[in-house]
Amino acid sequence: MGIELKMPALSPTMEEGTLAKWLVKEGDTVKSGDILAEIETDKATMEFESIDEGVMGKILVPEGTEGVKVGTVIAVMSGEGETAPAATPAAEPQAAEPVNPVTVKPSAQKPRAADPAIPAGINMATVTVREALRDAMAEEMRRDARVFVMGEEVAQYQGAYKVTQGLLDEFGPKRVIDTPITEYGFAGIGAGAAMGGLRPIVEFMTFNFAMQAIDHVINSAAKTNYMSGGQMRCPIVFRGPNGAASRVGAQHSQNFAPWYASVPGLIVIAPYDAADAKGLLKAAIRSEDPVVFLENELVYGRSFELPELDDHVLPIGKARIMREGQDVTIVSYSIGVGMSLEAAETLAGEGIDAEVLDLRTLRPLDREAVLTSLAKTNRLVIAEEGWPTCGIASEVMAICMEDGFDHLDAPVLRVCDEDVPLPYAANLEKLALIDPSRIAAAVRKVCYR
Amino acid sequence: MAKPAITRKTPTKGAVSDDTFALRSLQDAHLANPRYVASDDELLAFYQQMLLIRRFEEKAGQLYGLGLIGGFCHLYIGQEAVAVGLQSALKPGHDSVITGYRDHGHMLAYGIDPKVIMAELTGRGAGISKGKGGSMHMFSTVHKFYGGHGIVGAQVPLGAGLAFAHQYREDGGLCLAYFGDGAANQGQVYEAFNMAALWNLPIVFVVENNGYAMGTAVTRGSAETHFYRRGTAFRIPGMHVNGMDVLEVRAAAELAFAHVREGKGPVLMELQTYRYRGHSMSDPAKYRTREEVQEMREKHDPIDAAKAELLKRGVAEEKLKELEKQIRSKVGEAADFAENSPEPEAPELYTDILVESY
Repeated sequence: MGIELKMPALSPTMEEGTLAKWLVKEGDTVKSGDILAEIETDKATMEFESIDEGVMGKILVPEGTEGVKVGTVIAVMSGEGETAPAATPAAEPQAAEPVNPVTVKPSAQKPRAADPAIPAGINMATVTVREALRDAMAEEMRRDARVFVMGEEVAQYQGAYKVTQGLLDEFGPKRVIDTPITEYGFAGIGAGAAMGGLRPIVEFMTFNFAMQAIDHVINSAAKTNYMSGGQMRCPIVFRGPNGAASRVGAQHSQNFAPWYASVPGLIVIAPYDAADAKGLLKAAIRSEDPVVFLENELVYGRSFELPELDDHVLPIGKARIMREGQDVTIVSYSIGVGMSLEAAETLAGEGIDAEVLDLRTLRPLDREAVLTSLAKTNRLVIAEEGWPTCGIASEVMAICMEDGFDHLDAPVLRVCDEDVPLPYAANLEKLALIDPSRIAAAVRKVCYR
Repeated sequence: MAKPAITRKTPTKGAVSDDTFALRSLQDAHLANPRYVASDDELLAFYQQMLLIRRFEEKAGQLYGLGLIGGFCHLYIGQEAVAVGLQSALKPGHDSVITGYRDHGHMLAYGIDPKVIMAELTGRGAGISKGKGGSMHMFSTVHKFYGGHGIVGAQVPLGAGLAFAHQYREDGGLCLAYFGDGAANQGQVYEAFNMAALWNLPIVFVVENNGYAMGTAVTRGSAETHFYRRGTAFRIPGMHVNGMDVLEVRAAAELAFAHVREGKGPVLMELQTYRYRGHSMSDPAKYRTREEVQEMREKHDPIDAAKAELLKRGVAEEKLKELEKQIRSKVGEAADFAENSPEPEAPELYTDILVESY
């Protein structure tokens, strides 16, 4: 019986990769520890090592193949003392499958609502959120010599999540600065540099580590303008991935949006797609105010359409209708928007026409957009990948109670993560996090279906 | 994998060989010529500035007692020579200064109008922060004075950031970052030391060692009580300076600033000083003896010493009395202004939260 060699997962969030190069050929004798192939992901190139000994059989996925899903059988190998096996026929179709990057499926029933901030008829390119964020920084750095990026592994390593890829080459070490692992210190240095007239972008490898630095985000950056009677500004962007990643346990999986969004003096942005990531990051860098810019690791690799504009800057503080609907509003932000869109498609099949509203900016929150949509649909559900207590969901519910009560035909419901530290075990993690089916269930409930 | 090349354009300390790393070089140079040779006019100016701080702070203490100043109010009495000696050696409007919450003296040393400082202490609309900052949160960006920070130690990385901005703009300026012996035990101070030395930032770290972190004596809170040695792990040269003599402070400042301006990286100065009053106005004064305070006031007072030296140089006592009278009246005017100015208008509650409208 041959040993199936499967496309390995090289990071917790890897879903697919490129089989860049085979370093063995069919018929080669392989020892444990030999490098079989080079696998490329959007983050890195890694070597694929053999665990077993044997003779290489059929190579099923040729080198250069892109978008090979994790777990796909890429070759077969004979075990010790066996002869090279023939190819397993079942593996063939998998390898021959057309290769597509993970593009978010456009709605079958309804086209995605256009962002009114983007001129109609503009050409669209397909880019990942990761590239959009990088391009936003690069464009602003070209435009303004005061803008620089600092953080752990942003320069030589090209970014822990490759968001700063290529910036060191273009802008050099003066403006793309690797820091030691010292969040409190470099958040303070960034805030001080902003007070001194520069425009820092401080990358936290993840916002979990920003807990070490939160004093400077809040006490130094957010309060300065007020405490100085408008004399001293702190125009800085703190950015990085936020929220649950995948299988990294409780200390590396938390949504801090409600924490920062509760602080006057801060701007808090949490985009979902590539167009918003780029347009809002550019706006954040240009803002005179301190901005907390919350990204999501699981969304970095997703591709979206992005308008090909010379200068794509979006307004801060404006929500966006992602899908128009008549029967019910689903409010969400960040990764929750994708789940809400998916839920809306499921519901469309059941005759429920859901509107999906992406908040995009969490502070200042676009109350008007929430209330306008509520006035139209009279029913509202909030989907938040985060804890239920004192969250953005709680805030949106309060807004509906205070100013939208007369429009409500049903109580507002929230769909949030379970109220537990995020567990490691795959099944428990899945149970803890929101998903489209839970959002759909809440929508049915407010529609009395 | 080979060790990557140094990425910063500026040479780092790591590139300097050990034999050129002289931790004591500045200290030795300072000991060789400990006192600044001041002209009579210069010494008189120092005396005047120190006395202004002393009288201002005494008045602030009185206003606090009358309930006109609220919250926390940390007086600088006893430490005047530190701010005056150091700041007199800066390039005004060019170099940056940042400090903690005991900040009145540093502002007065810049020549900022005592009226707007006192009015801030009383929480009035005419205060330098429109009455919205208070004693601990005052700023004057025109003077490049960046506060006034209430979180103990936070000003140290912020100061390193100001120094980073000087280096980035290549404007030749430096940052003077003050903190206390208490703040010296905060972890972020050492994070800032590391990066300042690694990147060769133009910064002078100043520990104002007044002997007590609130009520905790230095020996009860610090394993290494010689604060000037605390930069050695980061290859930052240290200086130990008598902070009760304005001319020693000035001389040390010139050495330290020259070192930084020559691109040799940060310096750590420890200024040995003493505060006569409590940590803040609400201080039980149970942690030290009355005799200890008396001894410092009588034998080591920086203002008395400067006055004695002026008289010895032949400056007329009448002149000094006249000066003192002027200062008293200036402080009196500041107090009247602070007491009689209106509180901020209610709509000010909602201004200055954000710079832009969204």
